[in-house]
Amino acid sequence: MNRLTDTLAPLGLILLLLGGWELACRMTGVPAYFLPPPSQVAVAAVEGLPVLVPAAWNTLSVALVALALAAACALALAILVGLSPLIERAVRPLASALQVTPVVAVAPLILIWAGIDHPERAVIALAVLVAFFPIFSGAVTGLRSADPDLERLFDLYGANRLQRVMRLRLPAAVPFLMEGLKVGAGLAIIGAVVAEFAAGSGGVRGLAWQILDAGNKLQTDRMIAALLVLAVMGVAVHAGLERLERAGLRWWRGR
Amino acid sequence: MSIAAALEDVEVDYRGRGRALGPISLAVAEGEIIALVGPSGCGKSTALRLLAGLEPASRGQVRRAAGRGETSVVFQAPTLAPWMSAGANVALPLELAGTPKAEARSQAAEALARVGLAGTEGSRPAQLSGGMAMRASLARALVTRPRLLMLDEPFAALDEITRRTLADDVLALWSQTRPAIVFVTHNVEEAAYMAERIVVLTRGPGRIAGEVRVEAPLPRPPGFRTWPVFTEAAETISALLARGAEAGP
Repeated sequence: MNRLTDTLAPLGLILLLLGGWELACRMTGVPAYFLPPPSQVAVAAVEGLPVLVPAAWNTLSVALVALALAAACALALAILVGLSPLIERAVRPLASALQVTPVVAVAPLILIWAGIDHPERAVIALAVLVAFFPIFSGAVTGLRSADPDLERLFDLYGANRLQRVMRLRLPAAVPFLMEGLKVGAGLAIIGAVVAEFAAGSGGVRGLAWQILDAGNKLQTDRMIAALLVLAVMGVAVHAGLERLERAGLRWWRGR
Repeated sequence: MSIAAALEDVEVDYRGRGRALGPISLAVAEGEIIALVGPSGCGKSTALRLLAGLEPASRGQVRRAAGRGETSVVFQAPTLAPWMSAGANVALPLELAGTPKAEARSQAAEALARVGLAGTEGSRPAQLSGGMAMRASLARALVTRPRLLMLDEPFAALDEITRRTLADDVLALWSQTRPAIVFVTHNVEEAAYMAERIVVLTRGPGRIAGEVRVEAPLPRPPGFRTWPVFTEAAETISALLARGAEAGP
């Protein structure tokens, strides 16, 4: 019963809003380029599917590649930082400065450096940039989260630095890494979309480009349809990673 | 008798907040069982970490005959890594010291069997009860066959029945290889039951308030808790504790 209402309640609200939207469009006669009724958006979505699906895949694959690259860089740097307090002191302020700089502001520069001939590289680089920090700070925190008594035991057993990282700090950081990865994945998608916008027309034909293109042609129904696909994609990626995290944590805790 | 580890006029300072422990002198003979008893915050765990070589003294000398691989510590919590099986946890000290994995794992299985956990190598710590996890922790401490075994309030989180059983088990295990044991507790009965020599510390910064010897066979015979030597020792320890609690810095 509870599960049923959990599913039905949001569904009901969506239907209600869609119904109100449809009704309002028909009664006020607002032009479709300003606000198309949901029925028209649905038609645009179905008709646009052959274009939207590859576009979504474009954006998603960029985001996933960026996520993998960001995770690898973040973990490597976090381990370096964990090995040497000096490196940590050197890296921290730079990392913070980069983190608070909005990606939209960096985009034109990255496009010049990487993107003139290969805009997809620039898009990936920008997505990496935004996905990097949550994973990095999660990893740094995680690498410090090992039980202090376990750290003492590693002292006692004369473990070297590599053994300490590989056998204690890295495994102890797993829950933090998974959390960082989850947040990073969401940001990678945002980063990919923002970068596509910044790259402008014709560079990378992902969902953001679809939205831009439809906007330029005042095809508002196509814009909303692409937005819808983007939202569905985001929800799916988040749900998938949530599952992965739960399974990973179950394995990590041993129950 | 030769000395396994000793503190000589040792003092430990908190970082900028006065003295935590001492001055204190304490020698641990090979094969001896010593209990450190004292009120909370008297520095008894600090004394243990000094003897284990896990913490430096601010002043004075710490002498340790037992080398790195010959000292083991059991903490108040089992301190097992949740992502490793019980067998892997117990094998860890050996593997870190370079013992080949297969050899380390088989020794770990033996050590688990010795503490009554035969067949649990594959279990994760989360699947063990509190008492079993503590036994696994004990197995990890024993797997290296230490000369010096440190127990830092090892049974504090367990129920009375479990802690009594474990006390007997620790003594039985001690009689096999006879390591020197130093254990910290604030339980007077436990100290009188397990130790040959009970060192009572004063309120922090801890100094030695007095010592009690329990002249009786080890491991303890059945019904030892009713023996006069046990009850008298417990009384004396309590009296020393009460006096030590008054004697402030």
